Amino acid sequence: MGFKALGLDVFPVSGDEEALSVFKKLTRENENYAIIYVEETFCKALSAEIDRFKGSPTPAVILIPGKAGSLGLGQSALQSAVLRAVGSDIL
Amino acid sequence: MPKAAITPTRMVLNQQKTRLKTALRGHKLLKDKRDELMRQFMDVVRKNRELRTRVEEGLTEAFSALTVASAVMSPDMLEQSILYPRQSVELAMQFKNIMSVNVPVYEFKTKNADTGDIYPYGFAQTSGELDDALAILSRVFEDMLELAQVEKAMQLMAEEIEKTRRRVNALEYVMIPECQENIKYITMKLEENDRSSKVRLMKVKDMVLEKAHNFR
Repeated sequence: MGFKALGLDVFPVSGDEEALSVFKKLTRENENYAIIYVEETFCKALSAEIDRFKGSPTPAVILIPGKAGSLGLGQSALQSAVLRAVGSDIL
Repeated sequence: MPKAAITPTRMVLNQQKTRLKTALRGHKLLKDKRDELMRQFMDVVRKNRELRTRVEEGLTEAFSALTVASAVMSPDMLEQSILYPRQSVELAMQFKNIMSVNVPVYEFKTKNADTGDIYPYGFAQTSGELDDALAILSRVFEDMLELAQVEKAMQLMAEEIEKTRRRVNALEYVMIPECQENIKYITMKLEENDRSSKVRLMKVKDMVLEKAHNFR
């Protein structure tokens, strides 16, 4: 919630389903948001939606750790990209 | 034998030869593209990993600072303090072309000229911990922005590399060998035709000569 003070638009959600519907809404009007930061806790619920935007230049969906600390899911996004490009896990 | 039925004529031979030439040239170019993309991709990956750790550390720090702030202040008060932001941000996006991959470049603009002016509340009724938390958060946000840029670039480049790699492989292992085989088949067939027609001519000549004046 601190991000609100920085002037970002914040959409608090309480559950997976709400997260999904909010995410869909944000990407539908996708010219408006270039970057969407998603808390790692909702990554599983949104993974199908997030994958849809991997190939398109906007929006950039970036996972950030939540209040509970890092789950290491952000690193896995990096790994999957490397795997895709190189064909094997070289990290 | 070639896979598809091709007619062994000179015209088709010429066609196959130009095709092979184009394929070889395309293969070389695409291979160069793949290598260069790969090099840049590794740079991006390295940067991404570094930024990722920095952002995750920073955010953990910011969140813990915020937790401290919420412990000191009442929740209502805290929420009220940051309910209406003074600062609002705008994100300008441009595209940079890295080896034919359009990569976004973000430019971050604050509407309020003073970037340090992030505190949307008076200092009288809020705690110093909240100030600290917001200061940390605004510092982390710069890294977060760069992370977004780098990560998107990484994803887009990964896709492009995958595509290029497939094209290179298709050319190298399918298209070029097929062309070479076709060319070989046609040349052999043409030579064979040549030989057989020559033999036939010699035979006919013999027969004609024998008929004319019993020449042996």
